[in-house]
Amino acid sequence: MKKTEKTGGIFTSKAKMIQLEMDRYFSFIDQGALLLEEAIKKYLEGKMESFEAKAVEIDSIERKADDLRRQIKHRLYAEMLIPDSRGDVLGLLETLDNVLDVAKHVTTHFSIETPEIPGFLKDDFLELTETCVKAVLELTLAVRAFFRELYRVTEHLDKVHFWEHEADVIEERVKRKAFASEEITLFSKKVHMRYFAERISLLADESEAVAERLAVYAIKRAI
Amino acid sequence: MGILGLFFLSSGLYMGWSLGANDAANIFGTAVGTRMIKFRTAAFISALFITLGAVISGAGAAKGLGALGAVDALAGSFVVSAAAATTVLWMTRAGLPVSTTQAIVGAIVGWNLFSGNPTDQAALTRIVGTWIYGPILGAGIAFILFFIVKFILEKLDIHLIRMDKYTRVALVLAGIFGSYSLGANNMANVVGVFVPASPFVDLQILGITVTGIQQLFLMGGLATAVGVATYSKKVMMTIGNNLYKLSPVTAIVVIVSTAMVLFLFASEGLKLWMESMGLPSFPLVPVSQSQAAVGSIIGIGLAKGGKNLNLKLLRNIVLGWIATPTSAAVLSYIALFFMQNVFLQQVHM
Repeated sequence: MKKTEKTGGIFTSKAKMIQLEMDRYFSFIDQGALLLEEAIKKYLEGKMESFEAKAVEIDSIERKADDLRRQIKHRLYAEMLIPDSRGDVLGLLETLDNVLDVAKHVTTHFSIETPEIPGFLKDDFLELTETCVKAVLELTLAVRAFFRELYRVTEHLDKVHFWEHEADVIEERVKRKAFASEEITLFSKKVHMRYFAERISLLADESEAVAERLAVYAIKRAI
Repeated sequence: MGILGLFFLSSGLYMGWSLGANDAANIFGTAVGTRMIKFRTAAFISALFITLGAVISGAGAAKGLGALGAVDALAGSFVVSAAAATTVLWMTRAGLPVSTTQAIVGAIVGWNLFSGNPTDQAALTRIVGTWIYGPILGAGIAFILFFIVKFILEKLDIHLIRMDKYTRVALVLAGIFGSYSLGANNMANVVGVFVPASPFVDLQILGITVTGIQQLFLMGGLATAVGVATYSKKVMMTIGNNLYKLSPVTAIVVIVSTAMVLFLFASEGLKLWMESMGLPSFPLVPVSQSQAAVGSIIGIGLAKGGKNLNLKLLRNIVLGWIATPTSAAVLSYIALFFMQNVFLQQVHM
């Protein structure tokens, strides 16, 4: 960045700055998703201290991302950048924020409600989380492509849809297993499993919602 | 030049004003409408480069127009220009597509009929021919340019934010080219009919001779600048928001291809060069900027696969070819009759 400031004009460094900020914002989304995967893993392993540490990290990343988003928004408007597409870009950043919100809520609720996940569901919960995280990571790739390699957006979006569908399948499997199970005797606990399966799956749903928007923005941006 | 002389130039000034208000707005419409470029910047660039284009390269197209009929009395020039201006005004008010070029050609033919001068058929064919291949050429150039731009953008993978900066620079450069070409080609519509009866004499300023014709073109340029300053903003905002909604990058393609069409029909240097290379050259005559632009938009539509083609635009062009010159010719003939017989002014030699 310093190199650019030296060689480029005032505008160059501003453009570069906002590009870096956006890249950092997308990294926060990636990190949030990856941390969630780690947190759930620790929870399923019963390592509650490590889990709580990850939950705190997600919380802090979510806040940092919020601040950064506001800063980017301010810059785009104050410095009159991309007047033609800044509405779309802001919409994108705001809906991306929902993904991080979901990650934060999942860990918060795991922390508060400490659901008892029976052994036969642990692998499914882990697989569900991993699949949802894949959807998020693919989404941020699509978002990055939107800014740089527009023609690549679709291939990433297709994968987001694929992982979202996979997540739905696993979510249903978890629910069916929970409700058919004789091991979980209390109905309330079966409902609890369903609730958490749905909560985690929301991560993929939100990713798909952003993907839908992105598809439209990409068509608008194509010359 | 007396007061009467000045008065007779007023219709030309109005034509210049209209060029600045409408045609100049076509160039920067998307840029200003989408707030990529400030109106002030756009206004300054278009006023300056239209005037430069007119003074430096405006003579070629004016000669082409002059070949159609040399209006040789100032009162006649006034009527011809006023008839064209009124036609443009009427048709714009009625929401019909109109081209200044076609109006002035019709008005000159009206003068020819009134004064008994034979209309040079070859010149007329040449000019009317450009109406047809102007838009077609625009479509062809835009079609090719679109693929070139698309290819470059895909190869370079420029970040959206950086692209924003490049787009602004490209809009300014395209605007400069567009304004220069507009001045070079279309100023003939504004001052062309005054050339044979120009009231200006050659001036010596600091050892440089400024010919009467150049003064005439400069005056046209100034009238255009007034049109840009007073009215074009409104037109620009309309273009940017409603009529032809183009993305800034597509707008660049349209501006450049339109400017190329106008330039091909205006540049004496280019004509000589093409002839020396044994290439087919273009007659130097005024062509319609808006129709070249519509042609370019259609070219892009075709490049995109032809799904969003608006064939109404094509119909409007063809309608303009017939309606505009006919009305201007009739109006010009009637007005010349009144000018000669009621106001007792000499409208032809």
